[in-house]
Amino acid sequence: MSALKLKKGSTSHSAYNLRPTFSDVVEKHTLAVLVENEPGVLARVIGLFSGRGYNIESLTVAEVDHQGHLSRITIVTTGTPQVIEQIKAQLGRIVSVHEVHDLTVEGPSVERELAMFKVAGKGDKRVEALRLADIFRANVVDSTLESFTFEITGAPEKIDAFADLMRPLGLIEVARTGVAALPRGD
Amino acid sequence: MTRQMTGAKMVVQALIDQGVDTVFGYPGGAVLPIYDEVFQQNSIKHILVRHEQGAVHAAEGYARATGKPGVCLVTSGPGATNAVTGLTDALMDSIPIIVLTGQVPTFMIGSDAFQEADTVGITRPCTKHNWLVKETDKLSGVLHEAFHVATAGRPGPVLVDIPKDVQFATGTYEAKKPSTSHYKPQVKGDMEAITELVAALETAKRPVFYTGGGVINSGPAASQLLRELVEGTGFPITSTLMGLGSYPASGERWLGMLGMHGLYEANMAMHDCDLMINIGARFDDRITGRIDAFSPKSKKAHIDIDPSSINKVIKADIPIVGDVAHVLEDILKVWKSRGRKTNAAALAKWWTQIEAWKTVDCLKFTQKGKTIKPQYALSRLEALTKDHDRYICTEVGQHQMWAAQYLNFEDPNRWMTSGGLGTMGYGFPASIGVQMGHPDALVINVAGEASWLMNMQELGTAMQFNLPVKQFILNNERLGMVRQWQELLHGERYSHSWSESLPDFVKLAEAFGAKGIQCSDPADLDDAIMEMINYDGPVLFDCLVEKHENCFPMIPSGKAHNEMLLGEAETQGVIDAKGSVLV
Repeated sequence: MSALKLKKGSTSHSAYNLRPTFSDVVEKHTLAVLVENEPGVLARVIGLFSGRGYNIESLTVAEVDHQGHLSRITIVTTGTPQVIEQIKAQLGRIVSVHEVHDLTVEGPSVERELAMFKVAGKGDKRVEALRLADIFRANVVDSTLESFTFEITGAPEKIDAFADLMRPLGLIEVARTGVAALPRGD
Repeated sequence: MTRQMTGAKMVVQALIDQGVDTVFGYPGGAVLPIYDEVFQQNSIKHILVRHEQGAVHAAEGYARATGKPGVCLVTSGPGATNAVTGLTDALMDSIPIIVLTGQVPTFMIGSDAFQEADTVGITRPCTKHNWLVKETDKLSGVLHEAFHVATAGRPGPVLVDIPKDVQFATGTYEAKKPSTSHYKPQVKGDMEAITELVAALETAKRPVFYTGGGVINSGPAASQLLRELVEGTGFPITSTLMGLGSYPASGERWLGMLGMHGLYEANMAMHDCDLMINIGARFDDRITGRIDAFSPKSKKAHIDIDPSSINKVIKADIPIVGDVAHVLEDILKVWKSRGRKTNAAALAKWWTQIEAWKTVDCLKFTQKGKTIKPQYALSRLEALTKDHDRYICTEVGQHQMWAAQYLNFEDPNRWMTSGGLGTMGYGFPASIGVQMGHPDALVINVAGEASWLMNMQELGTAMQFNLPVKQFILNNERLGMVRQWQELLHGERYSHSWSESLPDFVKLAEAFGAKGIQCSDPADLDDAIMEMINYDGPVLFDCLVEKHENCFPMIPSGKAHNEMLLGEAETQGVIDAKGSVLV
């Protein structure tokens, strides 16, 4: 990861640039941004996205290094290669940002998301919901006689698939955390 | 070295430690403790402006003319919100300024207190960085860091918001020390890319240097190195509005300014070149015109300290991230070590072509009759002031473009104009800041009557501090550039683009105790300008000019460099519907 990381002020000699920069193809990228954990830092990052018209598909943030006052923001964004390059460079320009990593191009990575689903139903539908939850390794974290609340962890696609199955079975409420991601290996 | 002192004293101490000699400001409730400290010292001069916007533009003018960061001190709420235009202006033009704002006490933040505003929230998108300091012990560290961030890398405005209780409380002051900040932008360029650029210089048939404000921001050494490289290679050089003066206008390789109102030869060279070397410019839309027709045949090198400038608008074939002076030094080193080669035969042919373009004489005009042409007024101003130790500011509009075309700049830091944001009302306060930095110089603000009125209250500041700034107003009783666009794009329907109920500028000057001069006859112009130069004090020069003059050359919106309009005869129906939506 370190060999390819976009350091602040570095040239754009990344593996990414081996692809045509000015293509029209819209790509989805997962960015990990290490920031100074200080008031307003999240506003700086999301203000950049809204101010310059970039997309945010999901965003998670939490402190990851208490001693070093660092938080990690994981952003899933979409754009043409040129826009993605701009997003990374613009993020790198924010004074509170220490590092910007494009996990989509820096090699293999794992992405996980946690979600909670409230499914209300009776009879067969209720049994079917519980059976499917078991297949998806979702846990029941709350239940009443007429509802279950499932907790599920996985790649976003797995959670999408689970949501699709629960919808006809009485899905009434969803909460998703957004993607957290790390590169594979050391 | 650490000492105990109040937050208010820390502010003054940090400014002294940072070498600040001048602060532009306006007091108010939330900065009273700091003003109390300002009162009790003699190291820093405080210039009382008449509006906070004026303070920020004055600090910008000071910064651009001296190369040192400008400093402002304003109060909370309206003081801070009035600073927003100046902050945005400094961000767009990469000008290092430090704005200190008072804030309501920490325990009242969020309560909608009197003169409370979310200053860091409001200014987050218009500063390079900002801080709200809630503990006195952290104040000195933040203040020193603020100077570091404002001046390191691509310069820009920063803001430190200081609640009143933090100013009153006593804490530990830390003296300035070498920065331990993680914010360390790269200044050295990648040697591989530099070598690639040198190889391109050696073989280029039709090269052109395209330089910008980054050369000025990099410091005087960058301009010197640029001159050495231009003289060494013999390549033609053009510059953006922001970069004027980095290469002398009298230099033999100078093509003049490029862009929307740039010179014919400069734009044609940009369009037809085979190697474009962008040094510290950012392919602004005023420069490129239609993107897909921008310099179609050239290889493009781009030197910029900000990685986000590279590939933002135009794809760079040779991107070099670094400080202009550092990169130019390395380019020269490599180019010399490889034997100072250029493609001399091709260059001679290229210059023949350029000389042919120059014969178009795109800035020619005829002064006839009893009405002063704005171009003539600026030509005379140039002739009569060029031998002075001269600094020029401008407002925004036609007069700004004419000033860029008809005034010649021999050195960097002599030309202060709002390039990126295009802020009407910038020039007058900026000229006050310039004069503070250079008390004995001739400081002239070339203005339009409409722009000038936007910050005319600063005449009080100029009078109070005896700053002999010369306000050279080209008065056409029109918002000239708006009028020009309405003529070209909106069927000559001149919607609200004339100046109604103008003041008598001579009487206005006299009301403030300044000198007013009005001139309407070309025959009187030289004497009137000489009177302005020789008067020891602020002068308001009301130069009545031709009301319907248009600014040419002009690349119309949505057109390419080689589709320039050179004069009135070519203006009808040239901008199509697609072009008219552009600004």
